Amino acid sequence: MSSSIMDVEITDKVIKEHGLKPDEYQRICDILGRKPNITELGLYSVMWSEHCGYKHSRALLKTLPTKGDKVLQGPGENAGIMDIGQGWAVAFKVESHNHPSAIEPYQGAATGVGGILRDIFTMGARPVANLNSLRFGPLTDPKVKRLFSGVVHGIADYGNCMGIPTVAGEVVFDESYSENCLVNAMSVGLLKHDQIIKGKATGIGNAVIYIGATTGRDGIHGATFASTEITDESTEKRSAVQVADPFMEKLLMEATLELIHGNLLIGIQDMGAAGLTCSTCEMASRGGAGIEIDVAKVPQREKGMTPYEILLSESQERMLLVAKPGCEQKVHDILAKWDLHAATIGVVTDTGRMVVKENGKVVADVPADSLTEAPVYHPAKSEPAILKKHKEFDENTVPVPANLSQVLETLLADPTIASKRWVYRQYDHMVRSNTLIRPGSDAAVIRVKGTQLGLAMTIDGLGSYCALDPYEGAKIVVAEAARNIACSGAEAIGMTDCLNFGSPEKPEVFYYLDRVVAGLGDACRAFGIPITGGNVSLYNENPTGAIDPTPIIGMMGLFQNVENRITQWFKNDGDDIYLLGSIGQSIGGSRYLAVTHGKKTGLCPTLNLEIELKLHQSLKVLADQKLLQSAHDCSDGGFAAALAESCFTGLTHEEKSLGAVVTLPGDGRLDGRLFGEAQSRVIVSVKPSDAAEVEERLKKSGVPFEKIGTVGGDSLVIGKEVKLAVSRLADLFFTSIEKLMA
Amino acid sequence: MRFSVTIFPGSNCDHDCEYVLRDVEKQQVEMIWHKETDLKKPDCVVIPGGFSYGDYLRTGAIARFSPVMKSVADFAAKGGLVIGICNGFQILCEAGLLPGALLRNKNLKFICQNVYLRVEETNTPFTNFCKPHQVLKIPIAHGEGNYFIDSDGLKKIQDNRQIMLRYCDANGKITPESNPNGSLENIAGVCNLNRNVFGLMPHPDRSGEDILGSHDGTFIWQSILSAKVGAR
Repeated sequence: MSSSIMDVEITDKVIKEHGLKPDEYQRICDILGRKPNITELGLYSVMWSEHCGYKHSRALLKTLPTKGDKVLQGPGENAGIMDIGQGWAVAFKVESHNHPSAIEPYQGAATGVGGILRDIFTMGARPVANLNSLRFGPLTDPKVKRLFSGVVHGIADYGNCMGIPTVAGEVVFDESYSENCLVNAMSVGLLKHDQIIKGKATGIGNAVIYIGATTGRDGIHGATFASTEITDESTEKRSAVQVADPFMEKLLMEATLELIHGNLLIGIQDMGAAGLTCSTCEMASRGGAGIEIDVAKVPQREKGMTPYEILLSESQERMLLVAKPGCEQKVHDILAKWDLHAATIGVVTDTGRMVVKENGKVVADVPADSLTEAPVYHPAKSEPAILKKHKEFDENTVPVPANLSQVLETLLADPTIASKRWVYRQYDHMVRSNTLIRPGSDAAVIRVKGTQLGLAMTIDGLGSYCALDPYEGAKIVVAEAARNIACSGAEAIGMTDCLNFGSPEKPEVFYYLDRVVAGLGDACRAFGIPITGGNVSLYNENPTGAIDPTPIIGMMGLFQNVENRITQWFKNDGDDIYLLGSIGQSIGGSRYLAVTHGKKTGLCPTLNLEIELKLHQSLKVLADQKLLQSAHDCSDGGFAAALAESCFTGLTHEEKSLGAVVTLPGDGRLDGRLFGEAQSRVIVSVKPSDAAEVEERLKKSGVPFEKIGTVGGDSLVIGKEVKLAVSRLADLFFTSIEKLMA
Repeated sequence: MRFSVTIFPGSNCDHDCEYVLRDVEKQQVEMIWHKETDLKKPDCVVIPGGFSYGDYLRTGAIARFSPVMKSVADFAAKGGLVIGICNGFQILCEAGLLPGALLRNKNLKFICQNVYLRVEETNTPFTNFCKPHQVLKIPIAHGEGNYFIDSDGLKKIQDNRQIMLRYCDANGKITPESNPNGSLENIAGVCNLNRNVFGLMPHPDRSGEDILGSHDGTFIWQSILSAKVGAR
């Protein structure tokens, strides 16, 4: 039966259908010294796809800073790992599942969570928190409602069943994502230093063992699918979307951690994108070895599967591992305890080749390295003309609305700014009993049991800024994520990134990618924050165009003493309110300009990296001295929205809402001061008895600051411009999405 | 006191129960794999939350057939204390050790949030540490916590004072708005006729310390600790 597919003639059409270019095909022929058969062509097709091979982005990604004192594992493994002290380490990574979610939102999002969780526990870490970043079109669109609902349901069902709390995330609704939703999932795991294990195969003759779910025909060519634009034909590729089984993954996770912590393994890797192909060649390549497997020994879901299908299947919840000599039986015993499949399907060799047999007959034989070393391209780039237009936009043509209170109400009810309670209420965010700050503050905080250590985490993206100025926008994304960590009182120690863009083969798109990577790198270097891994998702396009260039940043923060954590809401009547940073007056690129005036344009806010860093350092010092009652950064909706949120978001943690009376600092246009999105600004509240010391420390730090008012009353009063009941604002903020989804 | 926490495939609050009992309440804890039948001589068995068998088929419907459940039933029959939390409650209902059933939440969605509970009965091993009508803040996290029982059954559990906890507002008022999942009569927890088996949807395992935002779960654990020990 497999002979029929083995006989498939490799025509130009077949090569094209595999997403390979003529020169790439020639390169394969050169590597092999002969023409590949169809199975081998399939291997190169998936491994040299953008999703697995990073062929258009690798040269850029290499410029990013990845080193640091705390980095135990940088990019190149399943997940990055950082030292957090006391023998503990944290593993974390973000990954996209955009294309599958656009076609089948529930399964696409669920398998995205499953995939990133496997990346974490494959490293020996127990997952302790999930985060996600989502982008959709406007929520008034019924199609968007279906996608949004399906994606959230998929994430919820997977994470909840696994028993991993989903503690933080963000959701943005913007026309740029109407045809291409973004689903980026991040996972965080804890492990001891001596539990770290890698995805490598070494030791000639050691058993290569397959564990987990059976292999079916689902998800064949998922990686190749994810590396093309979405068209009407995409919906016909639904079989390229995998099906999720979180219960299977829960068993797989427990079994895997038992194997790793029992010291039975040399290496292990999950089968994610490109399935068995990817895990086999990557493990061989990393170990400097070869691997020989027989696909007939792979547990299969259905009969008559060809080697091609078995190798390229992206069936979920599967792992490949190499057992230590003498440990093979123990591995099988543990898998039996968890009622999971385990099959020894091959051995480690010294040939450097990936050899695939079917019942002893060789069906593919290629150098393992050649699969993992996809061609590296340096695509052409050209600055899009639209960028100049944005810069030339004259804000003075935008009228200042007469009723600014009403503007604030509108902004707080905007689904992008409004509370995501409808979302996170569906996620179990408390399981594992470590969640100290739940969704609703700038960053989530979890504890490390048995220590004083804590982790703060956030995930952020600002596609709208990057569309106006990719370099500045990228700097701001990093700064905002780090600021969210700083507002929680923690120190940002590392980050993971997911770069969501259109087709890199279009020079204007590649220009954005190039500038965004430059901005990310400069910000990371300025803050001393390494990038320990991540993912690129390109080809987020459809016939009407590409998405806004959207780098998503997952930021990890560390507390030496988690008792020093801070939340974003006001705590006590009578506390003094300060604005750290300068008020600004531009409305360029703001959510206000988009929501109230329907314009996505203008000058992107700029960021001074030096001032931003000083701000983070000051917040850390003040938090460590327990001088802050609250800290909240100004982002979407600007100064006014941040103040309003400081008034009522305590309700998310069953605390009371509080009013505030403040002046409106600065001069210039009122809407810019209220709703503009100038950077490096944080609103803090301080006990009057601590005010003198806070001011003293801020003066020394060089961070601009201003006392603007006092906590108290039932209303938010900002100068003469805004006066609103906090209860009304809270109601708009908390129920907006619920009403739209009802 | 000796606690035994059962682990089914898909249990995911087993670690939380172990932690709150061993590290917070400083008690002895044994973890019992579902294929085992020896409960290791506990004073109280804890059936933790999670998604046993993935909640496939129906919540708790497969777990009740695990070998350990026969031992749990025998232990309960002899008067031993058994507490089932969330999925544990669902399993105990499926096993017939508690009356009623847990249906899909009224809004058909998973709900995770802190809720307020009014303690309806204090004359039980699980609530004796509480004051009558004390209000507890304890989180829920479930998709199927909508308690249902037929009208005869409801009358029985009312007459026999088996309704232990009801969802209420922060002031202890039982209102439709404070009922998160559509449970009949706002019921959040019930016990058996002999008052030695208790099931509840909220998680005292996640609310045993101030650092987690509430220590009110402690009232349940302290009740068990101050109860007279049942059969071993």
